[in-house]
Amino acid sequence: MFNNAKPVTFLIAEDDPDDRLLIHEAFQESLVSNSIYFVEDGVELMDYLRRQDKFTDPAISPTPDLILLDLNMPRKDGREALVEIKSDPNLRYIPVVVLTTSKAEEDIMRSYDIGAASYITKPVTFDGLVDAIRGFKQYWVQIVCLPAQEA
Amino acid sequence: MGADRLLTSTGSVNKKAMNDQNRKITILLAENNYDDRIQVEKAFQEVDSAYDLFFVHDGKELMQYLYRQGKFTEPTSAPRPDLILLDLNMPRMDGRQALAEIKTSVELRSIPVVVLSNSHTHADILRTYDLGGAGFIIKPQTFKGMLEVVKVLNEYWFEVVELASGEGVRNVKKDNFILSSSG
Repeated sequence: MFNNAKPVTFLIAEDDPDDRLLIHEAFQESLVSNSIYFVEDGVELMDYLRRQDKFTDPAISPTPDLILLDLNMPRKDGREALVEIKSDPNLRYIPVVVLTTSKAEEDIMRSYDIGAASYITKPVTFDGLVDAIRGFKQYWVQIVCLPAQEA
Repeated sequence: MGADRLLTSTGSVNKKAMNDQNRKITILLAENNYDDRIQVEKAFQEVDSAYDLFFVHDGKELMQYLYRQGKFTEPTSAPRPDLILLDLNMPRMDGRQALAEIKTSVELRSIPVVVLSNSHTHADILRTYDLGGAGFIIKPQTFKGMLEVVKVLNEYWFEVVELASGEGVRNVKKDNFILSSSG
């Protein structure tokens, strides 16, 4: 519907390599082209967003339009990273959607409370994941306006 | 008295529409333009889902609803919404101010707020996300467009996404208070 001129850039923080592969494949199933970047834990996520360590070149690590965030990651988990992102005036405008295995009510409530835009529990089947990613993209890519999309 | 309750749809319930807790989804629409309200209402009527749609017509009424003040002291007249749809340009208190207030309130900030507005300046879009909005949608000019938006809203918020239940966070540890007060 509201077709944006530029593809949307997604940054996905996910520690499990199988899940990274499945998520990447689920994104490919949809017709809308996007740019997808992965980081493997909360430390990498914050380094990426702050253009530190191996992420200093914005041409290779562009600022994302939206972040998909697993909660359970080593080194720094998604809960801690979410707090950091949403308390940083330079980063907090980026919508963060939690995509995680946890269905715990406390995780859901706290994620919204800290400022996550949405919370998605990872479906257990690949088809379920494809459906979830399709619904996710219909909302965030086709219907919603993101800040970087407006010239 | 209380917020105008536009309609209740029981229809046929899809498995997620009951939010896994066997209750209907409550949507609160803050919109001062009558024709726009009717468009949203009619679009939701087309959607096969179990929900209650409540309505307020300016930012001040919105905050009264959420705090259960004024004409909303009776809890059943103002059930806590699962999702707020918010117009930006409203009299008395506009949507920008209301969004800021909601997202700094400990008891209200966990409610997702989606802006549905005619205005689509870059400043408004950026500010919406900066304040904690969960989406910015330009109001469609046609009913067909509104129907498309409502269908996607329904699928995303009521089938894909997990919504928080209950009355919000009450016991928040001090180190969770991380919202910056600077602009």
